[in-house]
Amino acid sequence: MILRGKVWKFGDNISTDLIAPGRLFHLRSNLPELAKHVLEDADPTFAQKVQKGDFVVGRKNFGLGSSREHAPTIIKLAGVSAVLAKSFARIFYRNAINVGLPVLICDTDRINQGDELECDLEKGRINDLTKNITLDFTPLPKAMIKILNDGGLVEHIKKYGDFKID
Amino acid sequence: MGKTLAEKIIGEHTGREVKAGEIVIVPVDVCLTQDGTGPLAIRQLRKLGLEVAKNPKRTVLFIDHAAPSPRKELSNDHILIREFAEKTGACLSDVGEGVCHQIIAESYLKPGDILIGADSHTCTGGALCSFATGMGSTDVGIGIALGKTWLRVPETFKVEITGSFQPGVYPKDLILHLIGLIGADGATYKALEFCGDTVEKMSASGRLTLSNMAVEAGAKVGLFASDNTTKEFLKEHKRTKDFRKIEPDEDAKYERIIKIDASKLLPTISFPHTVDNTKTIDQIRKTIKIDQVFLGTCTNGRLEDLETALKIIKGRKKHPKVRMIIVPASKRVFLDTLNKGYIKAFIQFGAAILAPGCGPCVGVHEGILGDGENCLSTMNRNFKGRMGNTKGFIYLASPATAAVAAITGEISDPREFLVKKNLKERR
Ligand code: SF4
Repeated sequence: MILRGKVWKFGDNISTDLIAPGRLFHLRSNLPELAKHVLEDADPTFAQKVQKGDFVVGRKNFGLGSSREHAPTIIKLAGVSAVLAKSFARIFYRNAINVGLPVLICDTDRINQGDELECDLEKGRINDLTKNITLDFTPLPKAMIKILNDGGLVEHIKKYGDFKID
Repeated sequence: MGKTLAEKIIGEHTGREVKAGEIVIVPVDVCLTQDGTGPLAIRQLRKLGLEVAKNPKRTVLFIDHAAPSPRKELSNDHILIREFAEKTGACLSDVGEGVCHQIIAESYLKPGDILIGADSHTCTGGALCSFATGMGSTDVGIGIALGKTWLRVPETFKVEITGSFQPGVYPKDLILHLIGLIGADGATYKALEFCGDTVEKMSASGRLTLSNMAVEAGAKVGLFASDNTTKEFLKEHKRTKDFRKIEPDEDAKYERIIKIDASKLLPTISFPHTVDNTKTIDQIRKTIKIDQVFLGTCTNGRLEDLETALKIIKGRKKHPKVRMIIVPASKRVFLDTLNKGYIKAFIQFGAAILAPGCGPCVGVHEGILGDGENCLSTMNRNFKGRMGNTKGFIYLASPATAAVAAITGEISDPREFLVKKNLKERR
């Protein structure tokens, strides 16, 4: 699968509180509404401006904090095709795969706001078309590729009635 | 080959030896959700037509984050949770019972268990030598229905702590120090294993504080071997027979060993807006005024914590410009403090006591900060916006440092305070 879109660049330590804040706790059962506020506390204009297929690009420890799966879910609902970062917090990483949002570990230092990217998930390669550079990303563990390819954990379990990750 | 605690516990569940790095499917003993994550877990199970609990007696659905409910949307989420509990026979811990991690430790968890919880601080349970780890709603929902999950066996960092704390320094200062040392992502994907003579002497309450914050360094779990202290804790909660001794092998392989001399630690404070942004009390040069003091949460809302604070405030006056909010972590803690007369003393001091639960911790209700306000909190996180306002500032510290700030109206050294107080009492 090849993904293509524009970059929204964020900094280090983007917490789940910045992605889906606790003050909007009451919207957690209304995900489309919550998605209108995605990443609001990190960039108040993001939710209005993001286009389908765009990439969220962070630096280190993206998604730290709470286990709220609502965080990757609303990033996906906002149309984002993948999140790229130098590293991810463990629970966010796992949640993202479970909800079918690709999360790619790569050196994001050279990627800037507004760059046009093309990601080839199978080949493990990212092309920054604006800068004309190619970056490799660390492949996901096999178990996660399986879940992601099935469309997330619910779809995986629907298909097999059990974990079939090896 | 020698095994770490994580490899031991996971290995017992797979029925064969496991090594760090392997991905395994394991049965889970205990599952928990809370009111911020439970409704999504339930909806995911509905999508699958799997509204069942494999082990209903050890599946616990908590209503603690927004309890009592501050708005109708959340009241409706609570209805969904209660209905699911009723339908599946799972345990319900409703308004007034307290914070999930405290109750799981008091009433459900035993050494050697695997606990998965839809809350990042599920790692608190590692204090009882349980492989306790946080996951999202879908993972835990499926864990509830199928009674299993998949895991990567983590590599372990051994954290060896020796020496005695000086007066005014507590396990909270130690864990803040450790996180400051290795960073908020210093242990991502790893297990922490706490050991050393400091830990051997430490109360279960102090251990729960350390395990609770393992995730703030990115760790998957923060484990302690089970010992007499674990046994005593279980006995106190009428669960003596749940005790089992589990220790790591002497020749276990650790990815990293971190040594800490507890006698050298000073009261430590995390500055806004990351937990690893720590300073020791003597590194703080300017006055930091405090508007709100919050004593409570799954990190520091236990009897021992409230006792520490009480000793400091006793016979003293609250600073007129400080609001103090106290939330006992559980009904049991509330009753114990009530019976000991602490609650009366806190009220007389001028504190507001809230129902057991998360209280202001997650910014949903009760104690949301105003623009530019500073809060000194005993909780585990100080992220921007955490207490309901991105323009608020959260400082994390021990219950003692919190109590002192309630008196002085600023961040102050609890050691001086304890020393002076002792002198005065001796006279
Ligand atoms: S007290 Fe705070 S950190 Fe603990 S479970 Fe509740 S919201 Fe989470």
